[in-house]
Amino acid sequence: MPIEFTLDFEKPIIDLQRKIEEMKSIASQDGVDLESEIMSLERKLQKLRVDIYKNLTRWQRVQVARHPRRPYTLDYLSKISQNFIEIHGDRNFRDDEAVVCGFAMIDGRKVVVIGQQKGHDATENIRRNFGMMHPEGYRKALRAMKLAEKFDLPVVIFIDTPGAYPGIGAEERGQAEAIARNILEMARLQTPIVITIIGEGASGGALGIGIADVLMMMENAWYSVISPEGCAAILWRDRAFGKQSADALRVSAPDLLELGVIDKILPEPPGGAHSDPNRAAEILKENIIAELDRLKDVPKNELVDMRIAKYRNMGIYKQA
Amino acid sequence: MIMLWFKKKNRGIQNDAQRKIPDGLWLKCDECGEIIYKKQLDRSYWTCPHCGFHFKVTSDYYIRILLDEGTFEVMDENILPKDPLKFKDRKKYVDRIEAAKKKSGLSEAVRVGIGKIDNITVSFGIMDFRFIGGSMGSVVGERLARAIERSLDMKIPLIILSASGGARMQEGILSLMQMAKTSALLAKLDDEKIPYISVLTNPTTAGVMASYASLGDIIMVEPKALLGFAGPRVIQQTIAQELPPGFQSSEFFQKHGFVDIITQRKELRKNIALMLRYLYRPADNIPSIIFSD
Repeated sequence: MPIEFTLDFEKPIIDLQRKIEEMKSIASQDGVDLESEIMSLERKLQKLRVDIYKNLTRWQRVQVARHPRRPYTLDYLSKISQNFIEIHGDRNFRDDEAVVCGFAMIDGRKVVVIGQQKGHDATENIRRNFGMMHPEGYRKALRAMKLAEKFDLPVVIFIDTPGAYPGIGAEERGQAEAIARNILEMARLQTPIVITIIGEGASGGALGIGIADVLMMMENAWYSVISPEGCAAILWRDRAFGKQSADALRVSAPDLLELGVIDKILPEPPGGAHSDPNRAAEILKENIIAELDRLKDVPKNELVDMRIAKYRNMGIYKQA
Repeated sequence: MIMLWFKKKNRGIQNDAQRKIPDGLWLKCDECGEIIYKKQLDRSYWTCPHCGFHFKVTSDYYIRILLDEGTFEVMDENILPKDPLKFKDRKKYVDRIEAAKKKSGLSEAVRVGIGKIDNITVSFGIMDFRFIGGSMGSVVGERLARAIERSLDMKIPLIILSASGGARMQEGILSLMQMAKTSALLAKLDDEKIPYISVLTNPTTAGVMASYASLGDIIMVEPKALLGFAGPRVIQQTIAQELPPGFQSSEFFQKHGFVDIITQRKELRKNIALMLRYLYRPADNIPSIIFSD
């Protein structure tokens, strides 16, 4: 596998990986028996991955969440679902390709899927606008949710965005209204909503498709009111204070679980989702299926009441 | 009838304005640069007599010009900020709260309660930009949630006057969740067909604009206010080009279809009352002090 991008703290892993590859090629070219050496190095590699990833700082997790080889919505969909068929457009302005909407089957369960989509290369990133949605993207997503409600299908959502797009067109077409409308409509949508934050969960850009009956978060994903750099630029007056800001904002999955904002952390394979996308997808699939099955028979009005009550109770304040 | 209201309200306005006049008798307009005699500003609702620019005023001032005199009963003042993240940047969050309290004389960035507008009892919420930029943390969310629930319980209209830079960073993700909290309850209000009028003042942006402020049945705004999702500086940095003149102003948002009514400050009370008369059926049996049939 070509390794074109390495995070600082991943270096020892990558170095060891290279060494193993080298030994393997020597073994095959020269017919030398290195099997026991290779196996021992592979055990060492696995342990190294576990050790390094066990102790990631919040800021390191943010880097993992942004890793260009991290699986995105369509990568997961191809691994966890069958018969995916995409639908396009908000029936008003255009099709926003920063978000993918459609129908899919997950182990025989028919669902509507919605997910923010980044690109793995420059060309796709331009097409996908780096996963930053415009108002028409939020409206397309809402249209998909309304279809789900109308035809009695649960909604499965993947969040992965560096933010809602801040641009002239986005303001002209009502970015704020689109996000606000989605929050309100999702709160009362008469069908189950199961959401997983698979990578980045930046602020209103994430919340605009982020109201859930159950909100899960992958181990190395982040979710925050503002990106660490954005916060640093304002409060530290310097974007370079991202690390400090990530700690102060408490953007990691364990933080969010503790604050009662998410319901569940999905473990990632050692080395992060990008080191073993198949395993990451399996874990994702198991959990989505479990939640869909749990919510399937809850009466719709109860579901909505519980959802609204859940958000009603969020926040920490003093009552004097 | 309208004259009666002006007469009644004028005394209060002058009192408030006198209190907030800094040194000197003259003030330069932020917009057109004209020098204005402050007494003249008092009489013109703190709007520039030359260009109509609306100066920022305090929440006390709005309470005085919008609600029937002496009718505002402030509630939920016992809901107070905590520091759930133990947040510290260059300053501690707890110190920012103390400084904001001192500066504004308020306990948080929103006041909620019950008041009357043109004899109609409403659930009223009013933000104040002086309190950490009118930012929304857990307290703003909780107080507004209670204001919405009062509307639901009493079946009375909801009026929220916004002035905010958005969600409060110092409470992290909990601030973002206040957007969800308020908007989710507004879904119930919508289901119950109880009117909600959202009034935007300068500035209303980001997390507040992307939640309850944008969800009014009717959205009113003062002229030339700064509105928007992203801040102009962020947009400029992202697109690396000059922003068009008037970008993200009230007029821009009305032109693009996202606010209903641009209203002069002196007409604000009358316009809210008028909308209540159209939207809120029980008001049919409440005599007006502003309108004749």
